[in-house]
Amino acid sequence: MTSVLFDAPGPKARTRYLVGGAVTLLVVLGILAFVIIRLIDSGQFTAAKWKIFTFPLVQQTIVQAVGATLSAFALAAVLSIVLGMLLAVGKLSDHRWVSVPCFWFVELFRAVPLLILMMMIYYGLPTIGVHGVTPFAAVVGGLTLYNGSVLAEAFRAGIESLPKGQKEAGLAIGLRKGQVMSLILFPQAFRAMLPLVLAQLVVILKDTALGFIVTYNEILFQAKYFGSQTLYGSPIIPAAMVAAVIYIGLCLILSGIAKLVEIRLRKGRKGKVLDANPAPGSAAEGGSAGA
Amino acid sequence: MNTLLDNLDLFTEGFKNTIILFFFSAIFSLIIGTVVGAMRVSPVPAARAVGTVYVNLVRNTPLTLILFFFAFGYPKLGLPQISFMVAAIIGLSLYTATYIAETIRSGINTVPVGQAEAARAIGLDFGQTLSLVVLPQAVRAVIPPLFSVLIALLKNTTVAAGFSVMEAGAIRANLSERGEPAMVGLLWVALGFIILVALLSLLQRHFEKKWKVAR
Repeated sequence: MTSVLFDAPGPKARTRYLVGGAVTLLVVLGILAFVIIRLIDSGQFTAAKWKIFTFPLVQQTIVQAVGATLSAFALAAVLSIVLGMLLAVGKLSDHRWVSVPCFWFVELFRAVPLLILMMMIYYGLPTIGVHGVTPFAAVVGGLTLYNGSVLAEAFRAGIESLPKGQKEAGLAIGLRKGQVMSLILFPQAFRAMLPLVLAQLVVILKDTALGFIVTYNEILFQAKYFGSQTLYGSPIIPAAMVAAVIYIGLCLILSGIAKLVEIRLRKGRKGKVLDANPAPGSAAEGGSAGA
Repeated sequence: MNTLLDNLDLFTEGFKNTIILFFFSAIFSLIIGTVVGAMRVSPVPAARAVGTVYVNLVRNTPLTLILFFFAFGYPKLGLPQISFMVAAIIGLSLYTATYIAETIRSGINTVPVGQAEAARAIGLDFGQTLSLVVLPQAVRAVIPPLFSVLIALLKNTTVAAGFSVMEAGAIRANLSERGEPAMVGLLWVALGFIILVALLSLLQRHFEKKWKVAR
């Protein structure tokens, strides 16, 4: 790897880098070793503490908890993208009675902590006469309101970054404002903002873990329950480790997909530039990828 | 209004702790984040690798899980006991530092190549190039995203409510013990956060104006 921040190393610098690398690794390994030794000393790796995870019933519960996390994530993801689209279009509306409320909606829901939103839905709504609110509804509702507002800003930025000619051309061929938005502007903005949207999906997935504070029966909620079983020596650290592996695994998969899409999009854009050249096959391909 | 006035003690205590959490976590995460960001662009391959692993691992872990580990797991390790408050500050700092590191790294990319080349040409080494020439400009360029991270940190302090820290997010539980309506209390908490976020945004605009890089 070359960088403008430092010169290509000579023999002396290379030795220095080796020493520096060795010191860094030693420090990091030292910290890791300390943590692992503490874990072993306090008996976190004894069979007794992990026995609970060998029962099929416990494993089933964990799978169910993962399902609960994923279903909250999936519904919240779809709803926040829809809400984000509506709010973005609303904010750009020419009618002030549409754009002003949308503006304040976005500003307010971005400023309130997600956990407070979930609490409002779960603990607050029943006190003002709305009953039958489940923890699932609270988690999905909170995630949707917050991430919808965040995505609205992303979509709006995407639409505003488009060349002015796109809108003008649409109007010139006789499309109505709504058609220009839905047929010309929004598809382009969505594509440009796709990496950002996918990154936000990782945030939604992570934030489902807040659900355990409003008693939603997801991975962390189960981890705490299993971790407090005194019969198996309160294996709270093993339970946290299991939860960590699941969460990090799920998020890494989603981040990986986001990266793949970003790379493909970048390639697609290159293809579009090639469209200008007289290269028959690639033009059609670039066109379809852009739709 | 009564809910706020009658329980002013709860609200002041809660928001005081929120601000303490935010203040210390912000300072520590800025320090750790800058160091990790520097590691990720350093000439030492091992440092780059460690920085990358740290950022990718922690960024893909929910904050709730990190605080979970510190609040419930740490006391079982037989190490010196720390209060939930300190545990929350450590967790929030380690989590936020990854975002700061990424922001600073993107800021380094905005600094024109010539700046680093000129610094190298007059014989500065990596540490001097970074700390004297590149980082000061990078930080100025990333003031808006840096403040977005800090605003996110401010809102994330509420997560500590799930782990026995008496801050703004925990006001609701205490209010309901006193038989106050939950929705009213939560609306006041929300208003408190809206005000704090607005203050941070003002501060951001101030720094943006003051530290604008002329290019």
